[in-house]
Amino acid sequence: MLRRTILKTAAAMALAAATGTTAFAQTNGPVDYVIPFGPGGESDISARLQQPFFKEKFGQDLVISYKPGGGGAVGWASLNGLNSNGQTIMGVNLPHIIIKPAQKDVGFKTEELNTFYMFHYTPDAIVVKADSPYKTLKDLVDDAKANPGQVTMSGSGKASANHLAQIKFDKMTGGKTTYVPFKGTGASTTAMLGGQVKAQWGYSTVGAKQGDAVRMLAVAMEERHPLFPDVPTFKELGYEMVGGAYRGIALPNTASAETTKKWSDMIGEINNDPAFRQKMLDGGFALLDVDSAGMADFMKARTEEYLKDAREAGLIK
Amino acid sequence: MEFGHLISAFTPFNFLLALCGVVAGTVIGSIPGLTATMAVAVLVPITFSMEPASALILLGAIYTGAIYGGAYAAILLNTPGTPSAIATTFDGYPMAKKGDGDLAVAIACYASVVGGMVGALALLFIAPPLSSVALAFGPIEYFWLSVFGLSLIASLSTGNVVKGLVGGAFGMILSTVGVAEISADIRLTFGSQTLISGFGVVGALIGLYCIPVLIDLVATPDRHLKVENEVRSVRITEAGRIAWGSKFNLIRSSIIGTLVGILPGAGGSVAGLVAYSEAKRSAKPHQKFGEGEPDGIMATEASNNATVGGGFIPTLVLGIPGTPPDAVILGALLVQGVRTGPTLFESGGSIVYTFIYGLIIATILMLPTGLLIGRYAYQTIVTIPKAVLVPLVGFMTLIGTFAIRNSVSDVVIMIGLGVFGWLVGRFGFAASPIVLGLILGPIAEQGFVQSWTIGAATNNLSGIFFGRPISQAIVAFTILTLVYPLFTQWRSARAGKISGATDAE
Repeated sequence: MLRRTILKTAAAMALAAATGTTAFAQTNGPVDYVIPFGPGGESDISARLQQPFFKEKFGQDLVISYKPGGGGAVGWASLNGLNSNGQTIMGVNLPHIIIKPAQKDVGFKTEELNTFYMFHYTPDAIVVKADSPYKTLKDLVDDAKANPGQVTMSGSGKASANHLAQIKFDKMTGGKTTYVPFKGTGASTTAMLGGQVKAQWGYSTVGAKQGDAVRMLAVAMEERHPLFPDVPTFKELGYEMVGGAYRGIALPNTASAETTKKWSDMIGEINNDPAFRQKMLDGGFALLDVDSAGMADFMKARTEEYLKDAREAGLIK
Repeated sequence: MEFGHLISAFTPFNFLLALCGVVAGTVIGSIPGLTATMAVAVLVPITFSMEPASALILLGAIYTGAIYGGAYAAILLNTPGTPSAIATTFDGYPMAKKGDGDLAVAIACYASVVGGMVGALALLFIAPPLSSVALAFGPIEYFWLSVFGLSLIASLSTGNVVKGLVGGAFGMILSTVGVAEISADIRLTFGSQTLISGFGVVGALIGLYCIPVLIDLVATPDRHLKVENEVRSVRITEAGRIAWGSKFNLIRSSIIGTLVGILPGAGGSVAGLVAYSEAKRSAKPHQKFGEGEPDGIMATEASNNATVGGGFIPTLVLGIPGTPPDAVILGALLVQGVRTGPTLFESGGSIVYTFIYGLIIATILMLPTGLLIGRYAYQTIVTIPKAVLVPLVGFMTLIGTFAIRNSVSDVVIMIGLGVFGWLVGRFGFAASPIVLGLILGPIAEQGFVQSWTIGAATNNLSGIFFGRPISQAIVAFTILTLVYPLFTQWRSARAGKISGATDAE
């Protein structure tokens, strides 16, 4: 309660500080945007980037709060108990919301979450230090084949996007790498930069942040990322890998179809703002536009793929 | 670093921001449950409408104030306001009980300013070379560092090492409850949804430290803190004299804090513990750490404020947040369109230097504001009737715990741990070893699993665990910390035999 009050006061102060905008009342009062992770992570930063655009377009404050715990499970398990009048939304992440409930009872099921928009993904990428002997993806694959297990690769967490990517890629190449899980992408990047591991299963966002200090060997996109015209896609190199960690937003499942549609349109509008798109691309994200109408098909396809990969890897039964 | 940046940091608006930030941070930090990370995160939206440099100054000032504010509750209520202030309770609360709470608060303020300055100056002058420390620390170094921190249990629980170790082991088991940080296994929840989130450090701090104090307050007729008949007006000069007398301790602790702050996996709580342990190891024979020794407060407070500047070193140079609040600030910068990372110091130089000067100004402002707020806080706690103090503090603990993530089950867990802590406390089990286990357990576990994975994959287990120079140094320090008390005991016993105990206490 106190924190809500503090947040709302803070939001009110921000409101007073911001220049007057032409507001048309899409929503009634500030909206609680709950991030089921701690502050400072990529989910938080994504929400922070949406915050000013939401304010500008809809005249209301998007108040970000955090409900971390259980790798997001604590937040998602609480989502459907929250107010469904459209004043509370929560960030959702793939593969988390698919893999976690498949592992054990974590208090929510994938299909119970009313995800209404998927706005971007951070494409999987293999990242090495600038002075690494691996100049190309082929160098790394050859090493992994010649010295099975010796190529250590850091990544964020187990049964995560990074981990699934590593398992899938090893299977495609026939090489064998060793996956070393770290607590978050920041820690896994530090390990790669410090030479604790030989390469990192990270995202294109790592390349955007680290600039010349690192080299990306390949990114898991359909086409090259505009920020990295020189980095090939896995596809170009003959590996059918497109994907990464997806981010979206959900409402409690008791929200009306009308509320859901309204929210889907609003987030879609932000996602299609040219200035917003540019900021996202500069950060290394890859934009995605899956609205409430297309969500069922999207989730079905992703669920099948993730569960298949995880099952083959022995991460779930 | 031309002085132009100093002048742009010194605009009246930025100065005002630094002042407001320090005051707000100090107050937020003094409330258990409201941490520095939360204080910074809550205020990020305000900075969107500001210049990037002003926004950074505000956030940095809040951060540095909050780390200092954590000392108030630690000293006056035996409850660390932020996890960084855990070791402040060891000597701060005993001092307050003896009637020296005002002195302790003033000492903490001086130490925090010194620590903050050392950290900020390191950031200003030698950030790029120092940032390599962050990269030199691999999983195994974190493992040994946490073992070093755990070795403090042995020296903390003087008189009853076994009970300390039992407490530490219990804390480590508590830390494994819930979803494992890196392996994603769900452990020891016994099917409970509530336990999936595990035992948070902040909630555990409030429960284990504050609830027993509250219970004792209710159970005994004595006043909360001893007071002299007349409230002495100022003890600022006395505190200054004590701080000056311990300048080596202050500088050493500040350097430790700066270095530990650079390590992304450690943070203020570890810095405070390492500095405390070093201060204790090099103590003079008449100093009694754990019973109200000013050097203990100074070591902790200097080092935890030094982590502010230290933590910004990898944040700004490498784009890797050194501490959790840094991660939030890094995100705020990204929204502002400032690209951190290797190029920032060159390309975005002016923002960086304006910010660093702003941080230095905020640190200096902490001296008057900290002494003033500290005196006010002390007088309030001392003069307030018990019938008001207990419900007030009790209410704060509930709110602080709930505010961590708006969760009622966190509050239930906090109270449960508190009652448990009070019960076992009656049998001689202290809260600190449990909390140490809870904080350091996961660091040790992750470091061990990662090192083992890497070592096994490269067929070099012994080389990874024992072959790296930094880990060898940490292991040596650990052994020294464990053996040194025995050595001094032996020496003083021998000296006692020869001279016949001439030392008067």
